Amino acid sequence: MTSAAAESTTETKAEGHTGQHRDYIGAKLGMWIFIFTELILFGGLFVAYGMYRALYPQDFHHASGELNVTLGVINTLVLLTSSLTIAMSITAIRLGKKVQAMALLSTTAVFGCVFLVNKFFEWKAKIHHGIFPSSPLLAQRPHGEALFFSLYYGMTGLHGLHVTVGVVMMVIMLVLLARNKIRNDDFIKLENAGLYWHLVDVIWIFLLPLFYLAA
Amino acid sequence: MTSTTAHDAEQSHIVGYGTFIKVWGVLVALTGALVALSASHRPNLALLGLLVITPTKASLVFFYFMHLKYESTALKYMVVAAISVLVIFVGLTFSDYLYR
Repeated sequence: MTSAAAESTTETKAEGHTGQHRDYIGAKLGMWIFIFTELILFGGLFVAYGMYRALYPQDFHHASGELNVTLGVINTLVLLTSSLTIAMSITAIRLGKKVQAMALLSTTAVFGCVFLVNKFFEWKAKIHHGIFPSSPLLAQRPHGEALFFSLYYGMTGLHGLHVTVGVVMMVIMLVLLARNKIRNDDFIKLENAGLYWHLVDVIWIFLLPLFYLAA
Repeated sequence: MTSTTAHDAEQSHIVGYGTFIKVWGVLVALTGALVALSASHRPNLALLGLLVITPTKASLVFFYFMHLKYESTALKYMVVAAISVLVIFVGLTFSDYLYR
């Protein structure tokens, strides 16, 4: 764009109709940079997983066999569907369909809760069977199996924390939608919440084969 | 760089419900394929699933759900750069580990 055209755009559009300054691209870029830091954070954990799996292939194979594949796959479908509904809710608000956007976003929040409930029961069963970091049972088992479960609790726990933050964010977005703070001409907050939620989905896409399908 | 304004938001591409539903269908199908390969008890196929299907699923989420397909070239390059840093980081660590 020429500098004159850019200047003209700045003058005419730099402010929203509420009068405050809005920076759509800047806001989105900021979210993407945050996503990059998250990728590096989880990337480091995946490297740790890879190293220990290379060191203890048999132990990882055996330990993975104890995880509930069905529950892992169900949670994958839950997260994929929740990603679909939040993506659709952004389309809905951009088309001016507020009620539909709120319904779709609520569905995402509910799916997020379903994921956490599944995770709770999964962890509860494992802990009930004496499988948790530094448990007496794991101390008697091969070192690689203890490492596998430490990584399992650490990585799925950090991911679960992200899901929890995501659900809280969905509730905040619902309030903002209800108060018309998110509209068809100002939807960057919802779009950024969507980006965050999709990132959570992408991380789970990698966690499924590494933990549940490694056997 | 051009100015960053509300105008940009109004002009960015709106993705239809149909596209999202199709992508979701492909993601579910790929998940099924991944599970089937891992259950095949053939380690090579399971590894293929991990190395091919998983990144494909992640790419679909990035390109469609995260709207990357419709973003500016600059943002696309930024994502490529970030992922390249991650790949170099993982690659160097593994090469150090495997050949030390």
